[in-house]
Amino acid sequence: MGRFVSNSPGLTDAPSFSGCFHCGLPVPDGAHYPIQFEGQTKQTCCRGCQAVAQTIIDSGQGAYYTHRTALPATPQQAEAELAQLGLYDLPEIQESFVRVEAENIREAALILENIVCAACIWLNERHIAALPGVLSVEINYATRRARVRWDNSRIQLSAILKAVSDIGYIAHPFDPGRSDDIYKRERNTAIKRLAIAGLGMMQVMMYALPAYTATDMTDEIRLLMRWASLILTIPVVGYSAWPFFIGAWRDLKRRTLGMDVPVALGVGTAFVASVYSTFSGHGEVYYDSVTMFIFLLLTGRFLEMNARRRAGAAVEELVKLIPAATTRLPNWPSRDEEQVPVARLAVGDHILVRPGETLPADGRVVEGDSAVSEAMLTGESLPVSKSVDAKVVGGSLNQASPLVVRVDKLGADTRLASIVRLLDRAQSEKPRIGQLADRAAAWFVGLLLLITVAVGLAWYVIDPSKVLWIVVSILVVTCPCALGLATPAALTTATGRLTRLGLLTTRGHALETLARATDLVFDKTGTLTHGRLSVRRVVPMNGHSASEVRAVAAALEAGSEHPIAKALREGVALTHSASQIRNTPGRGVEGSIDGHSYRLGSPRFATASETPPAPPASDSGGHPKDGHKHPESGHESWVALADESGLIAWFALADTPRADAAASLAALQQLGLRLHLVSGDAEGAVRATAQQVGIADWHAAALPEDKLAYVKSLQQQGRIVAMVGDGINDAPVLAGAQVSIAMGEGADVAQAAADMVMLGSRLATLAEGVALARKTQRIIRENLGWALGYNLIAIPAAALGYVTPWLAGIGMSASSLLVVLNALRLSAFRQPADAPSAKAQVSVMQSHVPGI
Amino acid sequence: MDILILLIPLSLVLVGVIAWIMLWAAKSGQFDDLEGPGHSVIMDDDSPPKPDDTPRS
Repeated sequence: MGRFVSNSPGLTDAPSFSGCFHCGLPVPDGAHYPIQFEGQTKQTCCRGCQAVAQTIIDSGQGAYYTHRTALPATPQQAEAELAQLGLYDLPEIQESFVRVEAENIREAALILENIVCAACIWLNERHIAALPGVLSVEINYATRRARVRWDNSRIQLSAILKAVSDIGYIAHPFDPGRSDDIYKRERNTAIKRLAIAGLGMMQVMMYALPAYTATDMTDEIRLLMRWASLILTIPVVGYSAWPFFIGAWRDLKRRTLGMDVPVALGVGTAFVASVYSTFSGHGEVYYDSVTMFIFLLLTGRFLEMNARRRAGAAVEELVKLIPAATTRLPNWPSRDEEQVPVARLAVGDHILVRPGETLPADGRVVEGDSAVSEAMLTGESLPVSKSVDAKVVGGSLNQASPLVVRVDKLGADTRLASIVRLLDRAQSEKPRIGQLADRAAAWFVGLLLLITVAVGLAWYVIDPSKVLWIVVSILVVTCPCALGLATPAALTTATGRLTRLGLLTTRGHALETLARATDLVFDKTGTLTHGRLSVRRVVPMNGHSASEVRAVAAALEAGSEHPIAKALREGVALTHSASQIRNTPGRGVEGSIDGHSYRLGSPRFATASETPPAPPASDSGGHPKDGHKHPESGHESWVALADESGLIAWFALADTPRADAAASLAALQQLGLRLHLVSGDAEGAVRATAQQVGIADWHAAALPEDKLAYVKSLQQQGRIVAMVGDGINDAPVLAGAQVSIAMGEGADVAQAAADMVMLGSRLATLAEGVALARKTQRIIRENLGWALGYNLIAIPAAALGYVTPWLAGIGMSASSLLVVLNALRLSAFRQPADAPSAKAQVSVMQSHVPGI
Repeated sequence: MDILILLIPLSLVLVGVIAWIMLWAAKSGQFDDLEGPGHSVIMDDDSPPKPDDTPRS
């Protein structure tokens, strides 16, 4: 990691073609991972990208680089996950998602992660199909799901999954299950209804147009066209519009007024009136208006359904699917660990649950002392403290320190249940502005019905022969569908666009609040920086050796997912075993090894004193002489290790800011957002990062409660705060801010508490997200304004009898169409003057590849 | 104008045929993946066959 460090302020100002050949992120100064492609030497940004690019080129699929239209994510090396792949070969596990065809022929469904463009699909298809033993592979572009058939005697499923991860993607087996079948059926029905409505509309238009324009048409032809239109409209009203009638009936039964009521009423009245005039031979027909109305509404609903489904599917992929694995301690009380699938757990087993992990089953704590969040189950956001003998519930999240739990009850699918809850939340929560539009629509509908009745009565007195036509005119010309489509059309388009940008919305209100946000508060580790710390220096004290203190530190951190813990464990063999480990989030960890108790963490925590000792020589916190002697010291933060007698070692840990951080934050500042950096790290490290990325307002050594207090104080000043964080210690702040964004690589807890999840690691998506959210807000207002303004003019005109039927039809269709087209402008959204965007980089890189 | 008396019923029959085709297409999964096939046509498939000559069923 050492050579990633750079003090060059112009790091991100480098021209975009210097980006990594594989993932497009800027190549850090000093990084040297070359790759040969079509006779040219290209630079990649890290070992991971280099390995992936090499695999792709070596297997003869280099064409991927010339065909792709979006950049992939930087490959992550998740050794733990790779180690778990073997589990998928066990027959018990395969039972739930593998279909056995013949003796050795198996078929499984996989979800692919990191697919960004068509070339990814092509690459994966080719790569998997080329494996000996794979019989067929089929990838659906829209759902990013693959179906693989293989010969089990020649290749194992884990080898297929491994091959996918070799080229930088992640494949998870999943159980297509019931919800998928239901969705497929629903979508199919929607397509059929849409097809019937579309065909009917087009053909009825063909008959309607000459009826409006031709002057020399005989009455027989006119009658024939009316009958033909009637025949075509019957299936459209009876089959395609069926959902609206059902919806209206449901609304009326619950005594509410939804959008379906005027739709059903308008369609019904116009259709019945047209049928009456067709049979009686006088009056106007509205078949064209009816069919067009239904077709437009169905199109809107179909698009909405797809967007909702896509958002839901992304959430489903985030939460890691079946079969979840867990750490079992088979020979408890000895501490041997083994990874087993949750399905294989038995009552009475002992399991180790690390901080950040979800409890796989109900049970009782046997060892450890921790805080557990049951928010997913109870909605209670404060963690509950659990110590020995406390009952824990499957699906809750361990937040503080490792717990050993004896399994009491195996809830059928606890993990799956929590997935369902997450999904439900994403899909059912309506944004406030959406609810507002719904309420407004209900009022509008009520008012409209009243006006219609009043106008009808008035015309009954003036001229009874015109009553029916005027009433139908009002119902057709007023456009409840423009009003009803205004918000959902914009929101679903924006959500879809955001997801493609890499920002996943998991709570309904997020988009709206993000648009109004005035302040952006960042965590440092894992958010502005890579979050992959490494130990730069070890300073042992009091006669201890470096390897000795490192072993102690590794043992203390053995159970933790925190980046500092990972860094301290890195490259150290586990020779000791610590017990009574207790983790205090944001401060440190304590535990005992061979009868000695140790404290590891911030200087204040480790020595348990209010006046912490100063770290050795090079901490830049307030010592101006530093920074010259150790050029990298600005990034270092110090972790102290102490035993009963006092301090025994210092560890210097370093992390580097994400390469695109400075440019992205500048873009955010241009949008008028105030930026803050609040971190639990030491002052020197925080200041260095703040200076590098250009944040003036930074606060170091903040405990989780300090962070929350800071956000609260901003809120009291009337600011609307968006929090960006990744770690367990951020969970309370994320929950406390008005809108929160978690990093996709962060802890489960953080993601569960967040309103949005940033799937890639490109901070640039934040600025794009904010700009898009604001634009969405603007478009919703435009749409609502247009729909209301249109109705204010159209209703009086229709009530006075000035609106001819064909004018009513055109006005209605035009107003809906305008609303939908206006919303669709969001799907082509692209942040203007921004850091080099992904597409730009691709095109630049492609222009450097010969032979395109 | 008299030809319309033949053409209008004919157009109805035509719409019926098209509707039947659409419904068949929806039922047989033609609409399952609306993006992939468009892209897969463009991608060249010019690499040598698999080394082990396994028939891809």
